[in-house]
Amino acid sequence: MSVLKITDLSIALPQGADRAFAVQDCSYQIAAGEILCVVGESGSGKSMTANAVMGLLPEGVTVATGTAEFGGKDILTVSDAEQRALRGDRIAMIFQEPMTALNPLMRIGDQIAEVFEAHKRHTPAERRAKALDLIREVQLPDPEKIIRAYPFQLSGGQRQRAMIAMALALEPELLIADEPTTALDVTTQAQILKLILDLRDRRGMAVMFITHDFGVVAEIADRVIVMRYGEIVERGTATEVLEAPQHDYTKRLLAAIPSGLVAASSEVAKAPALEIRNLEKTYRVGGGLFRQPREVRAIDTVSLSIARGEVLGLVGESGSGKSTLGRAVVRLVTPDAGEVIVGGTDMAALTASDLRAARHKVQMVFQDPYASLNPRHRVMRALTDGPIAKGVAKDKARARARELMETVGLGADAVDRFPHEFSGGQRQRIGIARALAMDPELIIADEAVSALDVSIQAQVLDLLRDLRLRFDLSILFITHDLRVAAQLCDRIAVMQKGKLVEIGPVSEVFLNPQHSYTQTLLAAVPGGGWGQAAQ
Amino acid sequence: MAIAGAILSRLLKAAITLLAIAILNFFLIHAAPGDPATVLAGEAGAADPQMIADLKARFGLDQPFYVQLLQYVGNIMTLDLGYSFRQGQPVLDLILERLPATLILTLTAFWISLLAGVALGVAASARVGKFTDSLITGTALLFYATPLYWAALMAVLVFSVQLGWLPGFGYETVGSGYAGLTRIWDILLHLILPALTLGLFFMAVYMRMTRASMLEVGQQDFVKTARAKGLAPSIIRRRHILRNALLPVVTLAGLQAGQLVGGAVLTETVFAWPGIGRLMFESLAARDYNTILGVFLVSAAMVIVFNIITDLVYRLIDPRIGQKA
Amino acid sequence: MTFWKRFISNRGALLGLGILIAVLLVALLAPLIYPRGPWAMVQRPFLVPFTTDGLPLGTDTLGRDVLAGLVYGARVSLLVGLVSTVMALLIGVPLGALAGFYGKWVDEGAMRFTEFFQTIPNFALAIVLVAILEPSLTSITIAIAIVSWPPVARLVRAEVMSVTRREYVDAARLAGLSNMHILIRQVLPNTVSPIIVMASLMVATAILLESSLSFLGLGDPNIMSWGFQIGAARTVIRSAWWLSFFPGAAIVLTVLALNLIGEGLNDALNPHLSRKGRS
Repeated sequence: MSVLKITDLSIALPQGADRAFAVQDCSYQIAAGEILCVVGESGSGKSMTANAVMGLLPEGVTVATGTAEFGGKDILTVSDAEQRALRGDRIAMIFQEPMTALNPLMRIGDQIAEVFEAHKRHTPAERRAKALDLIREVQLPDPEKIIRAYPFQLSGGQRQRAMIAMALALEPELLIADEPTTALDVTTQAQILKLILDLRDRRGMAVMFITHDFGVVAEIADRVIVMRYGEIVERGTATEVLEAPQHDYTKRLLAAIPSGLVAASSEVAKAPALEIRNLEKTYRVGGGLFRQPREVRAIDTVSLSIARGEVLGLVGESGSGKSTLGRAVVRLVTPDAGEVIVGGTDMAALTASDLRAARHKVQMVFQDPYASLNPRHRVMRALTDGPIAKGVAKDKARARARELMETVGLGADAVDRFPHEFSGGQRQRIGIARALAMDPELIIADEAVSALDVSIQAQVLDLLRDLRLRFDLSILFITHDLRVAAQLCDRIAVMQKGKLVEIGPVSEVFLNPQHSYTQTLLAAVPGGGWGQAAQ
Repeated sequence: MAIAGAILSRLLKAAITLLAIAILNFFLIHAAPGDPATVLAGEAGAADPQMIADLKARFGLDQPFYVQLLQYVGNIMTLDLGYSFRQGQPVLDLILERLPATLILTLTAFWISLLAGVALGVAASARVGKFTDSLITGTALLFYATPLYWAALMAVLVFSVQLGWLPGFGYETVGSGYAGLTRIWDILLHLILPALTLGLFFMAVYMRMTRASMLEVGQQDFVKTARAKGLAPSIIRRRHILRNALLPVVTLAGLQAGQLVGGAVLTETVFAWPGIGRLMFESLAARDYNTILGVFLVSAAMVIVFNIITDLVYRLIDPRIGQKA
Repeated sequence: MTFWKRFISNRGALLGLGILIAVLLVALLAPLIYPRGPWAMVQRPFLVPFTTDGLPLGTDTLGRDVLAGLVYGARVSLLVGLVSTVMALLIGVPLGALAGFYGKWVDEGAMRFTEFFQTIPNFALAIVLVAILEPSLTSITIAIAIVSWPPVARLVRAEVMSVTRREYVDAARLAGLSNMHILIRQVLPNTVSPIIVMASLMVATAILLESSLSFLGLGDPNIMSWGFQIGAARTVIRSAWWLSFFPGAAIVLTVLALNLIGEGLNDALNPHLSRKGRS
């Protein structure tokens, strides 16, 4: 018995969009107690169907044809008031960004109780009691306190739990979850996924789970739909799609996922490219005339080294200090104490003018492809500013820039274009070329592939692997994604709350983790078991 | 505790600001062409050498510069704003006598402009791109471009001279002998035109800000959450969008307080409203610098008080301020 | 779409530009239109508009041609508006840029300073400055610049801060470029759009301020301005409305034109922000 039955649904985009339909001729059903994963990369139209069902389509986007049958009615054609009565009552939805999805000025308890109010259930006192029950059910700590708390006092994972509590308030038959764990750390993600599974089991509701991550799919899906350019390209049970994909696109997507399969690390016994000794950095936040500042130890006495030609993966969750460490190595952040030795020079001790002369030794590839290139400068300038400042002759720098663009696969003529003419993945290639242009002894890649779709991610990782062999690069590869780290790195370093908790060859760290935090982290990787089983 | 600390630090800041203004005043006196004593004495001083000599002694004008500065600042800190030879009264008395009228005028204008501005901004944002929106936005643009004093003059011309509906001059009917409620009613009638014309410009400012802020907040994720709950649009607009949209408006209202007090000089001049703005205008003609600087200092103090109040209001609305995450 | 195409597709902005060009032409050609200047007494006083040939807007309390005054008044308004805005930018942009770029104590110091000037009621400060420095075109322009720069500093600081946090600025540092080079070549060019929009609105505000000062009798005694015309006619509003009405209308029109241009620039320079809310 299906809870929701979507038939031949097409959703039209406004004129001037890159295609006519966000979703075209989609049909699928979700049964009670079933979790259906709708998978796709950005722009695949995977969220649009859900928005249509909720009656929350963005302005200008309209349902062109098709029906969505829910509770015996086509909910795409009912009146606004009827649709509103369904929302939050029989169909509920949670969103991607827990940080912005709650009203910052309202207490959590009021925001949960508001669901009852919207549907005119219970008295205010009962609403409060029910809100408290819900807070307990989603396992938020200290319910009495949470109910009076404001969103800013909760962590991202806690806010997502609060969102789930709101969604569950009226025991909906269908829960739509739109990338609910994408913005969360991997351990928090694991907890939220488990919570959703538990609630499904306990309440028997149907769940439409929208995601881009096949790891998450492996973790919770009963059935899967894969979408591309607004069309369904593959459907089946989770095992069918993951183990025996039929469509080329699905195969490519699955192949693009870093397998998590651990390669034996190559022996590295050369001179170190980077040596960090007892590095420390403490931030003081808040504080004022009448308040004590709070201290955050971003880097807490960290020592490590990277051999020439080695790729060291630095993994950790948000707030672990891994990015601060990367920025301290390039001296974008000045450490409080310790040494950062690159090719015999202590970067941490240089004066401002000496530092400028030594900058070229370490270069960085950044996370955000849209912010890492100056929109007003042509690629040529991005690639030659540094070498020219370093003293390379203009024509030589220009010739090198063209050569490098060839190397990263964009073609020499691309140097005359502006950043906005390139896609995200292409910009990341330009960022890599910019780093190479300085002939650095070490490259820091700070979440360099995190903002990219999986298929693009795979291409950029291939490029890095290729370049590494060709130029014998030493790389500090910072990432939150253990699968990505496993694919590229020789050794892995794990950071937690500013401390280095474990470091070792990839195979050791992944297969035989010593520190309990590393074990937790590995256990939390979604679809971990499936990833290795697939090989 | 957090609030008390915040108030304390605000008061400290206010004191420092006032001190800085006092020092600024001192330097202004010395920047003026001519002898500081002549400047302080104003037009009246030129005729009386004895008075100049007295002034020189009183302000220690024959002393070193820093002693003069200390003495001047000390005087101001003890609320001695000097003597207006033109009016034959201490400046502080002159100002205190006129302050209530200015407070009534500016506060009325502030509330009218804030309430009307926010209401119109909400109305415009609810009908974006429709006729109502264009009408409100267009009118606001016009008010935004209209000089305060000209709006005041035109209002006098139309509502007082031509139509005879409202008084266009003064604070109350002179020599009427009204008392009690009749007198309050009389003052209210006199207040309407000045308060409205002073408020017009600020109403336009608040309207534009509210409209922009409502539209921006309307795009945020938590509004989608509210819709997903099945809340009625009117509740979403009031409870979720408006409250958040008001935050920047409150900040702006605080920043605009200074302009409002400054604008009162113009409005009071046109309507012969007996406040400190009118006092400043009269002192300009008389070159009574002591009084001008006194009014300047007091209006700055008014703005500071106003800013502290908006700061506290902001804290009431926004729980994030002054609490640890 | 290019910037210019977006700008001229905005009807309001186009109207504003048209008005502004007209005012500019009138101001430039004033000596050719009225070679005798604005102070010449040409007829008997209080001539009602549209009644006398050659004096379409009538005469003032001393028998001077009101239209001649208006034409010459345009010169002062535009000149003071432009020059004081440029001066305010010269104070506000460097201060805000340094505060936003260097942060820490530089920012702290610069922002306390800015905050101080923002707390002072700015029109009252302008009055005090002009009164004490003696009214003249220079003192008026300086006073307006002094009260107008704080918002510029705040805007530039915020913009510079947000641009400085972008990764391409980090990349420029890693390229070994100097701080000044980064600030001037990488950061500031990316903050230009909002500064241009603000500048166009500041000219409008400056014109309002200048006219208000002149209205209070703080104008340059040797120069005819719109504010002065209204101020001089204030006491005869009951008998000679036109003496106040026309100069005021001229101010409204000019300021409105500048505001329309400012909004048009804003829409054309930030197409993403302004698309919503306008159709």
